[in-house]
Amino acid sequence: MKYAATTANGTKPGTAMNTVKAGKAKKKRGESLVERHAALLLAVTILLIWEGWVRYSGISPFVLPSPLNIIRRIFTDFPLLMSHLSVTLLEVLSGYGLAIMLGIPTALLIFYSRACERAIFPLLMGIQTIPKVALAPLLVLYLGYGWAPKITLAFLISFFPIVVATTVGLQSLDKGLVNLVRSMGASEAQTFFKIRLPAALPNIFGGLKVGMSLAVIGAIIGEYVAAERGLGWLQMMANSRFDTTLNFATVVTIAGMGITLFFILGQIEKRVVHQRELAK
Amino acid sequence: MKAPSGKGGAAVSIEDVTKVYETASGEDVHALDRINLRIEPGSFVACVGPSGCGKSTLLSLLAGLTEATEGTLRIDDSTVTKPHPKVGVVFQQDLLLYWRTILDNVLLPVEIKRLPRQGYVSRAMALLDQVGLAGFETKYPPELSGGMRQRVAICRALIQEPGLLLMDEPFGALDALTREQMLMDLQAMWMRLGNTVLFITHDIDEAVLLADRVLVMSPRPGRIDLDLSIDLPRPRHPGEVHDVPGFAESIREIRQVFEAKGILRARFEE
Ligand SMILES: Nc1ncnc2c1ncn2[C@@H]1O[C@H](COP(=O)(O)OP(=O)(O)OP(=O)(O)O)[C@@H](O)[C@H]1O
Ligand SMILES: [Mg+2]
Repeated sequence: MKYAATTANGTKPGTAMNTVKAGKAKKKRGESLVERHAALLLAVTILLIWEGWVRYSGISPFVLPSPLNIIRRIFTDFPLLMSHLSVTLLEVLSGYGLAIMLGIPTALLIFYSRACERAIFPLLMGIQTIPKVALAPLLVLYLGYGWAPKITLAFLISFFPIVVATTVGLQSLDKGLVNLVRSMGASEAQTFFKIRLPAALPNIFGGLKVGMSLAVIGAIIGEYVAAERGLGWLQMMANSRFDTTLNFATVVTIAGMGITLFFILGQIEKRVVHQRELAK
Repeated sequence: MKAPSGKGGAAVSIEDVTKVYETASGEDVHALDRINLRIEPGSFVACVGPSGCGKSTLLSLLAGLTEATEGTLRIDDSTVTKPHPKVGVVFQQDLLLYWRTILDNVLLPVEIKRLPRQGYVSRAMALLDQVGLAGFETKYPPELSGGMRQRVAICRALIQEPGLLLMDEPFGALDALTREQMLMDLQAMWMRLGNTVLFITHDIDEAVLLADRVLVMSPRPGRIDLDLSIDLPRPRHPGEVHDVPGFAESIREIRQVFEAKGILRARFEE
């Protein structure tokens, strides 16, 4: 590929500029194949070493299953994994959705009312220092074994980063921009929707991303403590039966879910949030 | 070419305006002290003065962003209590919104005033064309240079044909060459539109080059020390204006005010 580009440059000097531009859109110049896929290569290498070591050391699959076996297990137990995934996913999305629906209005309250800022912010910071997972047993005590404690935990753990990031985003607005739109006669509602919200979006998405990964953790921990369904519960069950292959298969499923959610959020961010500076 | 005859320009009158800022430390800052000023419709007034003499304060009072402690400001016949619809402001920073295209940035005032966007698109395109930015409508601010961005900010202020254009050191952040180009563009645009301009700067040459009238201010408390008419023919050009006799004299007169106040030194001292 690199070779082809060079040849094109050499044979058609008149279009050299265009060629370079077109080449740049596809890949960064001067990057070799190895450099571009470095992460993938490293991952594949690690998996190969793992696979090889498991095969030749003869280590028991109860202790460490091989990657190929884990993948095979994911395929054979796919319906099982998916049915538990749907439970966990629903918990994550409910808790996370709740955190967004309550977190952003809370940030607005803190931003617009000094009294609320004084009242809520120290409280938030105080609660922030409690490791939320430590509340899991209490939540089970009060809310039982069903959906409620998992959703609550996912909510609690993702709520704070969303509130804090949104508040900081709103507060860090350039005062000049506010004066600009005020000089055009903007109302506060217009100032909010035309300036404050779009300017805070990069921060808000930062909080949403952190919140997303935490919500997954919250739901899984909730299921560890007490549950009858869900990927966390499935893992605990696999553990008690020494089914380490299923255990690993569940971990992969959890990771896949987290990555997919993160990817979707990233795609939304790409559509919604503009770059402040030009990409280098 | 003659100076425009004030078609579309708004009249400004400022009577006994005082502005005192109350600071957190309890000390009051006398930013402006009993300012009196009348600006004829369609004239170009520049305001020079050292840092902290209240130039921006004067501008934000006229823009309706700050309230006067005493006195009244009028634009045409209405007292300024809130931002006046006939006023456009250009600030020192371009303050473009990076999430909007250039065209949408220029149309921001139209949107905020809830006017039909369609009616202004062609005008926005024409304005951008006049400042050499045709073809940049769909680009985003980070893709433009500092000078280009400030041009967009000027187009944004002009989209509604403001009767009064307030400019607060609009070219302060630009390099000398770009700045000279912008000064010429601004002069040409003003000669075409004939609106009233209040142009704040701390560059004496720039003030004399552009203005019909230069107000020289001094600080603590902010006052107008000199109100000087500049009767030089237009268009004026930075490269030629030094040869015009009246130009150097006006500059000297302004410098003398600053020298008398100890803001500028008359000669080199060891
Ligand atoms: N919001 C404010 N609160 C308190 N003091 C202020 C405020 N704005 C301006 N001042 C004070 O008022 C005085 C005049 O400020 P102003 O910004 O009008 O000066 P300026 O002439 O525009 O200066 P520069 O050339 O540096 O922009 C200064 O002493 C400044 O410290
Ligand atoms: Mg200023």
